[in-house]
Amino acid sequence: MGAALVVVVLVLLVVSLGLGQFRLSPAQVVAALTGDGLGHVVVVQWRLPRALAAVVLGFGLAVAGALFQTVTRNPLASPDVVGLAHGAFTGVLVALVLGAGSWLTLTASAVAGGLSAALAVWLLASGGAVGGLRLVVVGIGVSALLASVNTWLLLQVELDVAMFASAWGAGSLNGVTAVQTTPAAVVTALLVVGALTLTTSLRQLDLGDDVAAATGVRVALVRGVALLLGVLLVCVATAVVGPVAFVALVSPHVARRLARTPHQPLLLSGLVGALLLLASDVVAQHVLPVPLPAGVVTVSLGGAYLVHLVAREVRRR
Amino acid sequence: MPPRSLEAAAPSSSSSPEVGSGRRRRRAPLTVGLPVVLLAGFAALVAAVVLSLAVGAKPLAPAAVLDALAGRGSADAQYVMGLRLPRTAAAVLAGAALAVAGALVQGLTRNPLADPGLLGVNAGAAFAVALGVALLGLHDPWSVLWLALSGALVLSAAVIVVGGAVGGAGSAGRSGGSGAAGSVGGGSVGGGALRLVLAGVALGAALSGITTGLVLSDPDAFDAMRSWNAGSVLGRGWDVLGPALPFVLAGLLIAVVCARGLDALSLGDDLARSQGVRVARLRLAVVAAVTLLAGAATAVAGPLVFVGLVAPRVARWLVGPSLGRLLPTCLLLGPVLVLLADVIGRVLIAPAEVPVGVVIGVVGAPLLIAVARRSTR
Repeated sequence: MGAALVVVVLVLLVVSLGLGQFRLSPAQVVAALTGDGLGHVVVVQWRLPRALAAVVLGFGLAVAGALFQTVTRNPLASPDVVGLAHGAFTGVLVALVLGAGSWLTLTASAVAGGLSAALAVWLLASGGAVGGLRLVVVGIGVSALLASVNTWLLLQVELDVAMFASAWGAGSLNGVTAVQTTPAAVVTALLVVGALTLTTSLRQLDLGDDVAAATGVRVALVRGVALLLGVLLVCVATAVVGPVAFVALVSPHVARRLARTPHQPLLLSGLVGALLLLASDVVAQHVLPVPLPAGVVTVSLGGAYLVHLVAREVRRR
Repeated sequence: MPPRSLEAAAPSSSSSPEVGSGRRRRRAPLTVGLPVVLLAGFAALVAAVVLSLAVGAKPLAPAAVLDALAGRGSADAQYVMGLRLPRTAAAVLAGAALAVAGALVQGLTRNPLADPGLLGVNAGAAFAVALGVALLGLHDPWSVLWLALSGALVLSAAVIVVGGAVGGAGSAGRSGGSGAAGSVGGGSVGGGALRLVLAGVALGAALSGITTGLVLSDPDAFDAMRSWNAGSVLGRGWDVLGPALPFVLAGLLIAVVCARGLDALSLGDDLARSQGVRVARLRLAVVAAVTLLAGAATAVAGPLVFVGLVAPRVARWLVGPSLGRLLPTCLLLGPVLVLLADVIGRVLIAPAEVPVGVVIGVVGAPLLIAVARRSTR
């Protein structure tokens, strides 16, 4: 199943590299990747960073979602549980209200906002079990608070600024270049490798804290590290494309149904996430009549697929 | 904007959030006599109504309020009353409907953290409003009311169909169950209820994505939606309240009929069935009631978060978990909550106003966090 998904992602990657004003067939794309000339410039310098960013960051987001769902034992949890997306959006809105506009300022304030929200949730939930119910509920509270503040801030700025902020808040790959893709890819790869070293311990955790502890797993430590890795993965993605909704939530579900395993398969989730974000970006760029943020498509595609899965389960019984 | 997947994160995880089997014992419900609570609630409601009529950009003394209500007093006061009376009525209607809807959803999912928004009511209403504003150019409150209402109704119907609350009725109610949905539930929420919630979350998310897309490609629609989204009772006239009232009353009627069955359901699907409750049919009726109530409230005031969560929670603390006692308490507490939030929003940055939805979010969140810190681990 994993190999098939890799092939699908690669095929879609090649196809997406050929789409746009300057249209290329898949064969021409492959030739342009190695050759030089105008085709090389368009494919490698213009389109490849964006497409690769979709693949890498989709992968990272999905792995983060799988980590969160495993640690909190909550199949509907995503890194949003600690308020990252709302916090990042608040950061951007505050920066815009204060008059900042450069890409770097916005990114920095987004990451700062997301991390502060996560830190606030973490502190407010302290004293509870790591990754326990208290974390989830406090996260809901902080997120709701930030959502209200965001609504209010959106009403305070001019219409065009508000629309720009909302487009950013939906998560978009517009304007992503190699400058951002390369460091993001390196950091994501390191974090994913870190997550993979936890695989065995996380499986034990699935059996319950007591069983895991009895088999030598340091429960609190593993949970804390897993959550931290998840938060960092999301931060990287947020810094580059903004808070893309739903990839982290839905990818592990799809992967688990594809793999037919009870636990969250990390790598397979990652592949599903990569496919989802890449496909969403292709749809957002080339299929829709008006250009929209990829995050808008992600939610619609992911949501529709989840609806399909639930409906099929209901019918099967 | 991210979908409201967060509320969804609560139910499945909560093996029993209410129990709070932690180191500290949970404070027992007060369960003072129901008449005492209802009397106090009614007094609070009257006080909140008077406040709502008196406070604002042009404050009126309570005596002047009474005078204006009786048709006497200055023309100024009468004019102000003409603006504040329908607004107050809108807050009462929305608050009562949302609080009762919240109590029903919490009974249905057996989850004290569930919120009417889980069934996709808000997303459906927002989608229909955005569609109407963007494609048909419908801006007036009356059209928005019908758009929101029909959007909420259509989406809830879709959630019911997808979530399998109708058809195969026998199996839909089987709790736990095997397969992915069962494992998703973690065995804590009845399988049928969980699938409903999952269907609501997924459909709501997909629609909210399309809504964002629609709105981002049309500045007019965006402008209309960003104020609608905040939730406000400002400028709601009688013409908007009239059409919403029958839906709220119908929802309340179903709620009263379902109360006993829901109490039985709190013991588990099988026990409820053994007491003669038809679980699948009950679930369907409850979802219908929630849709009518929350849909009408959303149509009147826009999406108000937290009312459906906080009011039933406070009510449960006051009178215990039985729905027969919860429902009348919610009916009084919900309006008090919305009225007070609206009054706060009026004075906070006067002469400008903070929308009531924003106030409720900012005040309600710390409350939720405090409760979470006390009753969960």
